[in-house]
Amino acid sequence: MLHLVLFTIFGAICVAGAVNLLVQRHPINSALSLIAVMASLAVEYLLLGAEFVAAVQVIIYAGAIMVLFVFVIMLLNAGEEERTKGSRVATWFGIPAVLVGGVLVAWTLIQHSGTSDAALGALPGAPKTIGWLLFHDFLLPFEVTSLLILIAIMGAVVLAGRPESGAQQPRSEG
Amino acid sequence: MIPLSYYLVLSGILFACGVIGFLIKRNIITIFMSIELMLNGVNLSFVAFAAQWHALSGQVFVFFVMVVAAAEAAVGLAIIIAVYRTRETLNVDQVNLLKL
Repeated sequence: MLHLVLFTIFGAICVAGAVNLLVQRHPINSALSLIAVMASLAVEYLLLGAEFVAAVQVIIYAGAIMVLFVFVIMLLNAGEEERTKGSRVATWFGIPAVLVGGVLVAWTLIQHSGTSDAALGALPGAPKTIGWLLFHDFLLPFEVTSLLILIAIMGAVVLAGRPESGAQQPRSEG
Repeated sequence: MIPLSYYLVLSGILFACGVIGFLIKRNIITIFMSIELMLNGVNLSFVAFAAQWHALSGQVFVFFVMVVAAAEAAVGLAIIIAVYRTRETLNVDQVNLLKL
């Protein structure tokens, strides 16, 4: 019962944050609602017993990645975006189609589903277990991701770094 | 006990919101955040299936998805900064030329 209550509350926060991300016009508001989505997703992970994933969700996603986003929004001084006019086909045809499709998929999923999940307090995804898996069964992928991170760091430095003096200056009139 | 389908429906809603944001948003940073929202929706279904089948490798895959998302965010935001430096706009409608 407590499971369902927690799932409902934080699922509602998730959906509200996702919808708010679409509705808001200023990027900083969208970023803050995305942080709310990620933090409440961490609670959903805890409900599923994924302790390690919940912690990493808060530390990496809601912490590191979103700080990077907010930093870039502040750096570029991003203002409000102008709204584009949606086409009439999207309004009259697309939205009902999306609703019908979504309800159909949800109904089908709810018809065929098991009900096994972790008991409250049981944490099968503890950091110790995940770490053991990560360094035994998934050792090669783990090392490859470290290479990926290294390449990403170098790419970010090259792309966002200041162009050397003498190279072509960014055009201001274009 | 919560059925698996509830988690899948929630993850589908998050993914759909991400797709809609990707399509209707005009600010390049918000489009990028929509992509992160899609990744989060997929992560939730990964964890839900891992709990359903008692297979912890699903959670390890979520870890890998997060690592790739972090790398993607670093490179993507660097690209956004580079685009802003040359175009001085964040509106994707105005970034329509390959050559300056």
